[in-house]
Amino acid sequence: MQDSTLIEVSRLLKRFGPKVVLRGLDFHVRQGEFVALLGPNGAGKTTFLRILASLSAPSAGRVSVAGCDLPRQATAVRQKLGVVSHLPLLYGDLTAEENLRFYGRMYGVDALEKRVGEVLTLVGLTSRRRDLVRTFSRGMQQRLAIGRAILHDPEVLLLDEPHTGLDQDACEMLDEVLMQVAARGRTVVMTSHDLARVEEMASRFDVLSRGRICSSVRRDALPPDGLLAFYRRALAEATPPVEEAL
Amino acid sequence: MRGFLRALGAVVWKDLAAELRSRELLSSMLVFALLVIFIFNFALELDAVARANVTSGVLWVTFVFAGTLGLNRSLAVEKDRGCLDGLLLAPVDRTAIYFGKAIANLVFMLVVAAIVLPVYSILYNVNLFAQGGLLWVIFLGAEGYTAVGTLLAAMAVQARTRDILLPILLFPVVIPVLVAAVKASSGYLQRLPMEEILPWLQLLLAYDVIFTSIAFMVFESVVEE
Repeated sequence: MQDSTLIEVSRLLKRFGPKVVLRGLDFHVRQGEFVALLGPNGAGKTTFLRILASLSAPSAGRVSVAGCDLPRQATAVRQKLGVVSHLPLLYGDLTAEENLRFYGRMYGVDALEKRVGEVLTLVGLTSRRRDLVRTFSRGMQQRLAIGRAILHDPEVLLLDEPHTGLDQDACEMLDEVLMQVAARGRTVVMTSHDLARVEEMASRFDVLSRGRICSSVRRDALPPDGLLAFYRRALAEATPPVEEAL
Repeated sequence: MRGFLRALGAVVWKDLAAELRSRELLSSMLVFALLVIFIFNFALELDAVARANVTSGVLWVTFVFAGTLGLNRSLAVEKDRGCLDGLLLAPVDRTAIYFGKAIANLVFMLVVAAIVLPVYSILYNVNLFAQGGLLWVIFLGAEGYTAVGTLLAAMAVQARTRDILLPILLFPVVIPVLVAAVKASSGYLQRLPMEEILPWLQLLLAYDVIFTSIAFMVFESVVEE
């Protein structure tokens, strides 16, 4: 592992039957980076995040998170990860604090009651702590989902399109929480289709196309015409001409 | 080991607490179970001897069909809300998740049995509580059924046709436990000598141990993508 490299992926291949979704993907993230993973639908973003999260096994290649190899050391990796997807992964028939208490027990969080209180304060849900999650708006559920993901103070936060289905206010509240988490030095990898939003937040932008990272740029090296233009160029260069594809 | 027990306890607590609030699973199991015994009661006009002969069969048909509803629902709730991923992301031995779900399912099935037995006793005029052994048979049968049922429900829940897939997968596999449970229950109800009941109890016990062990070994690969 390179110095301060937290996520190291090399020549990752993922097949679902005859369909190859990831084709020799290489990806490295240093500690404290906020990486936005961009790409069109079907590029393999969710599959890649599921592999990083140990929910799916790679078909070939090497995946290492915080010095632990997947899938061999999956349990150790899970302890270091927090995951947020477009589904909140919460139980509607439990209250906000019961959900956090349940996940806290699953992660073996010390001084659980104190930590639950801290997390509820961080995500701004202290006043709703005893309400059932099914009575929450989508935005509140997603904020609690972030609380669930950071409850055990993970080194890496993986977010798979966390803004899906949120209105403008809810997105802004979610971003605020995310920026607070990133400001604490946590490493964040987030997939998104909302380029304007991630341009404000991420420190690096990787474009995933046809199962590979086809382009990568740091925020301070973004071209003057912005992220959208960079993204379009990256996709155009990655897509073979029509006659070649045929 | 402490982490395993903590995770197992957390899953059982979560399932019971959520069910106490929603009562979705237990109410559907109970309504279904009561309807089955009502239908059998009116469909079969039986004399006292014939009643004693069919009691164990009717009871186990009721438990099994109601249990299938519960098993399907118990895992579908996890899948539909994405919570299965939440469970699988936890840094715990995944068999703790299996045992937690299986214990919760067993509790639901025993709650249904606890309500069905007195109702059945009244409707069919049979005292099901006279033989303590019958309660043990119900416990062992329900344990075997939920052990294999929880594993297969975790497998079926990944499919679009999960509602019909679970019974198709489950019923052939639980035939030994059902035959043994029906025979042992019937033996107790007809007050047969222990020598005639014992082989069925042993089969039931062996099935429980074997299938719980198999589920323990294969659950991780069943839930893995």
